[in-house]
Amino acid sequence: MITRRELFDPAAVAGLIAEIRARAAGLKRRVTLMEVCGTHTNAIAAAGLRRLLPDTVRLISGPGCPVCVTPVGYVDRAEALAARPETTVCTFGDLLRVPSSSGSLERARAGGADIRVVYSPRDAVGIARANPGRTVIFLGVGFETTVPTVAAALAEAEAGGVSNFLVLAGHKVMPEPLSALAGDPDVQVDGFICPGHVSVITGWKAFAFLPEKFGIPAAVAGFTPTDVLRGVLDLVGQHVDGKAEVHNVYSRVVTADGNPVARATVDRFFAKADAVWRGLGLIPGSGLDLRPGFSHRDAAAIPVEVGEPEEPAGCMCGDVLKGAIDPPDCPLFGTTCSPATPVGACMVSSEGACAAWHRHERLMGAGR
Amino acid sequence: MSKIDTILLAHGGGGRLTHELVAEAFLPAFSNPALAALSDSAILAELPPGRPALTTDAFVVDPLEFPGGDLGVLSVCGTVNDLAVAGARPLWLTFAVILEEGLDGALLHRLVAGAARAAAEAGVAIVAGDTKVVPRGKGDRAFIVTAGLGVVPPGRELGDRRIVAGDVLLVSGPIAEHGATIVACRHDLAGPGLRSDCAPLASLVEALLASGADVHAMHDPTRGGVATTCNEVASRSGLRIVIDETAVPVSPQVASVCEVLGLDPLYIASEGRLLAWVAADHAGRALDALRAHPLGAGAAVIGRVETRAAGRAPVALATAFGVERPLDLLVGGEVPRIC
Amino acid sequence: MCLAIPMQVKKRDEFLGVVELDGVEREVSLMLEPDAQVGDWVLVHAGYAIGVVDEEEAKATVALLREAAMLVGEA
Repeated sequence: MITRRELFDPAAVAGLIAEIRARAAGLKRRVTLMEVCGTHTNAIAAAGLRRLLPDTVRLISGPGCPVCVTPVGYVDRAEALAARPETTVCTFGDLLRVPSSSGSLERARAGGADIRVVYSPRDAVGIARANPGRTVIFLGVGFETTVPTVAAALAEAEAGGVSNFLVLAGHKVMPEPLSALAGDPDVQVDGFICPGHVSVITGWKAFAFLPEKFGIPAAVAGFTPTDVLRGVLDLVGQHVDGKAEVHNVYSRVVTADGNPVARATVDRFFAKADAVWRGLGLIPGSGLDLRPGFSHRDAAAIPVEVGEPEEPAGCMCGDVLKGAIDPPDCPLFGTTCSPATPVGACMVSSEGACAAWHRHERLMGAGR
Repeated sequence: MSKIDTILLAHGGGGRLTHELVAEAFLPAFSNPALAALSDSAILAELPPGRPALTTDAFVVDPLEFPGGDLGVLSVCGTVNDLAVAGARPLWLTFAVILEEGLDGALLHRLVAGAARAAAEAGVAIVAGDTKVVPRGKGDRAFIVTAGLGVVPPGRELGDRRIVAGDVLLVSGPIAEHGATIVACRHDLAGPGLRSDCAPLASLVEALLASGADVHAMHDPTRGGVATTCNEVASRSGLRIVIDETAVPVSPQVASVCEVLGLDPLYIASEGRLLAWVAADHAGRALDALRAHPLGAGAAVIGRVETRAAGRAPVALATAFGVERPLDLLVGGEVPRIC
Repeated sequence: MCLAIPMQVKKRDEFLGVVELDGVEREVSLMLEPDAQVGDWVLVHAGYAIGVVDEEEAKATVALLREAAMLVGEA
């Protein structure tokens, strides 16, 4: 079995960097590569990979952090649901500190709401089973990787007669926003580092449209420093060779067709819907809502009063998510907007482009 | 066999049940003459020469019992360690508990036994205490507050202002084992090698100082872990601290928990580890002294102190790949990350 | 997005499995990866196995990384 030691081997990293530098010498111009996964964002920043790459390779972060792209209105609704009597809201830790219009789930919890951080949607089903008198609402946020786990939890609740387990669906899928970005004339992306764990579910074929429809090379990559660098090396190589294909450099877990059981489980409960992305706006077909047959599991059907969501003023998250600017180019970055007092979505999650930059790249004289 | 099977409100009322609780749960476990006198104040022996050091801490933990310790052990170790890292020899502790009505009596006995065990190991006496009981639902089973009095022997000078550029940073063993164990318990992760590091550091500190190594300052990286402690030290000393990622000892079990839950061990608490800033040419001597002690077997040099440079992070991590990145203060508590 | 960690299946009972990484265990659901066998390395995300690690491909990756490491050793 491959080990952490091998995947994090500094000699292998140095070797891959040397290969990238050698290949990049053949580039005719500077290339911009976008990753679209918060775990990529974090891995790149934590290892300091940007400072190891040649100047001709620019790495930027796209809309790959599910928490960051979750609209304020969703958090407002979750807060309102948590304020209902006999209600428990279960969430992944990532969402806890995301600003709502008036506070955050963390503040709502301090105000008396029963909000619990869980590691797995299954844990929330367990809480529902143990508390039959309460409505237990799981905050379903995440991309293709996470949705199957929520669907499986729903399947478990259905099979086990756990009628008090509900989901507030805020899930999103990747191909639609990538299409929007790839087709946006304002966005200059020369290659996509595609999300490895989304691909475990969808299969790498799901990203074939990037080269086929838009002529942009794509590499499905994993999340250790060597995985990310192999993705970069592949994309630089494609550019030098004048190719535009989708390559899978995460072949130890990603196949062409992905996980059909997971997709079928998702399909049983969820159907594609239009969704609003923080910073990017409404993208048709980019979300997953519960199917009408499972309205009894749908927390969005519970009537609560939610005001008009207040998006933060002056925030340039939209431009950051499109890769149009780097985080430090936003006037709020590091001044009014910091991880302690996040204004925009990208600063909220530890995986957000701004938060990762603030934590890992600031004060280092970072190259871009 | 104890008569206390469940804590009742009356156990905190000051009457017969309170006396019974003190006599059955606390006196035998903490057995010492100053406590046994049950006077309004413990009258203690004269202090040995030196400057008195006084500290207090409140302890809450969920779960109350965990591999490697419990709330009682923690409440003694935390206070003993705050004294020890300041260079004080811990002497006496106070012990106040706030219990929730309905708490299992056997559990209380175990927590008290844990505290007594840790106190014996640290060589301190628990000389005063108090018990309050709050109605069910008004507290989370048990809270403990301890205060500790110790003495810094004459001639012993420790403090962040003594740290200078060029000093090296040592840690006494693998980091984050307490915090990782607690968070693992909360999220149903378990393993035989996973246990809290909580331990009283007094004898380790004495061994280090007795070695003659020129120790400038010491801290225990509790809440917020090594990264947070280093940020506090950097801010107080006006210096810069660079931690070498590859040198920081992390057990495979802790690395595993952190990986699964998306946490960074540099931000996770230890409750029985020592950070020491030592003059560079004394690093070997300090390391030998730590490693010769059972609590310091896994000691390592993990960083160095530099002068602060404008526009550079006060605390940085030198990664395995030859670049530095800043280590900021943690924002909020560490919560498992999934996305 | 999507933190997922390879862990090894130690036990399985219908759709429940115990997975392990470096001495740390957790119960996970195998509902999304029903063919996972004891001994397999599965990719664990949010309490579910969502994929199986391909041993052959993992070996190929190791070989590739060793090659990359050698590159610098010789330079």
